[in-house]
Amino acid sequence: MFAALSWHSIIYAAEKLVLTGSSTIAPLAAEIGKRFEKQNPNVRVDVQAGGSSRGVNDARNGLADIGMASRALKPEENDLKSLSIALDGIGLILHQDNPVKMLTDQQVIDIYTGKITNWKEIGGKDGRITVVNKAEGRSTLELFLHYYKLKNSDIKSQVVIGDNQQGIKTVAGNPGAIGYVSIGTAEFDENNGVPIKLLPLNGVTASVENVRNGSFPLSRPLNLVTKTAPQGLAKRFIDFASSKAVYDIVEAQYFVPLAH
Amino acid sequence: MTSSKLNISSRLHINTLQADTWLRLMLISAATIAAGILLLITLFLLRESWPALLHVGLLRFTSDTGWHPLEGAFNLTPMLIATFAASAGAILIAGPLGVASAVFGHFYASTMTAGIFKRIVALLAGIPSVVFGLWGLTVLVPRIAEWQPPGASLLAGILILVLMVLPTVALTAEAALNAVPESYFRGAKALGISHGGIILHVVIPAARSGIIGGILLATARALGETMAVLMVAGNVVQTPTSPFDPVRVLTANIALEMAYATGDHRAALFVSGLTLMLLVIALATVAGRLGGRLHG
Repeated sequence: MFAALSWHSIIYAAEKLVLTGSSTIAPLAAEIGKRFEKQNPNVRVDVQAGGSSRGVNDARNGLADIGMASRALKPEENDLKSLSIALDGIGLILHQDNPVKMLTDQQVIDIYTGKITNWKEIGGKDGRITVVNKAEGRSTLELFLHYYKLKNSDIKSQVVIGDNQQGIKTVAGNPGAIGYVSIGTAEFDENNGVPIKLLPLNGVTASVENVRNGSFPLSRPLNLVTKTAPQGLAKRFIDFASSKAVYDIVEAQYFVPLAH
Repeated sequence: MTSSKLNISSRLHINTLQADTWLRLMLISAATIAAGILLLITLFLLRESWPALLHVGLLRFTSDTGWHPLEGAFNLTPMLIATFAASAGAILIAGPLGVASAVFGHFYASTMTAGIFKRIVALLAGIPSVVFGLWGLTVLVPRIAEWQPPGASLLAGILILVLMVLPTVALTAEAALNAVPESYFRGAKALGISHGGIILHVVIPAARSGIIGGILLATARALGETMAVLMVAGNVVQTPTSPFDPVRVLTANIALEMAYATGDHRAALFVSGLTLMLLVIALATVAGRLGGRLHG
């Protein structure tokens, strides 16, 4: 019975939609894709992660119907069409026991470039600062560098991490550490007893709420990118992905849905 | 009666012959497939790393200012050194420890203790590497950080690797000790050599090719281990000057950046893969030579 059903769906899966790009968006797009498939039984949605740059390139070359980019399009990419389906904020995190309550932009820059190496220089307890940075190629890193106007080769880090969870575990296990991760994930973990705290940025509290109302400065759009104005199946999917029908999915992954 | 007996035996004979041919064919194809896959992987690695070898050139992988692939710097040397340091450190600790535990289990422990001990070692061998990594990240690294921040370091990587390769050394050493003929032991005993003397000067030398083989196997595993080291070693690209420095090993570099790499960056990651593959092949060759010489 089951086999017969799946054969049926393979044979009649006449339409296929390919999405590639940002690994931040990929899990979200995969969940939205599942719901889209349920409503459109003859459609298959194929989601592949590979970074925002790949998403933009694939959309341009026609390798993907839709590219995923967790950043705004760059000026040289303006020939493409993009639509934001959600927002994600990036916040600095410290260990809960760290008495430092806020940092100026210049202090953050000095910490990340190795000019400040001890917490007592900026009002904390005596102890070496452990700078946690992201691995090259991640859009979180790109956004962080862009906001503080840094080059990755300027950064003197002590730990380099891959995903958000590794960053949170690293900071939670080291009272001298400072890192930056997706605000949604950090806020969820902080509320669930993980010993970390989000730092305000320029006096603005790092919270999903402030990302939503646009007052938090370090945030990024999660974009779906197409080569031309979307048509047909791609248009139907993008309309669906930016509709209220997927708000619960967006929020379940700690992103901020955008109304269109 | 006789004719039917003859008939059966000749049929059996023919069947055996046929079975032989079939077995031979099956074994040949299995061996060809195994060797072919290795060859294909090497060719694939070469093809994927070719653009980087062409655009960047071999020399720059050792002479660039650092590893900043998005800014066009591709120096792999610090990561190569880190890989060597982590593996060497792990083997220096796990080697003697593993051999000692095998000797203990084989010669000194009671049958029951030896049985329990062997089970524990085998269990240790079966724990997935990501579990070691998680333990390292949440328990080991914070302990080291209290003492020598940042905690995520070469030392943490070495200690995790020790746990991971110890069973390999212990189990292969145990098997090598088992393979030493009982008569060696009895002969030495008859000559009046002490228990400890027999183990140190008769049994271990007789088992050394097996023990060394196991250590080389463990080295290959340490070189190739990715997840656990990635989680505890800090992953900063630099040449370590102390065991408390964070380092990035070649495997971790591939795992961290592959999903996001395009163009020359991606090809440069394949170059790190190719380098690792060559290292392991070199190790296997040395192991083969050494094994042959010791046996001869």
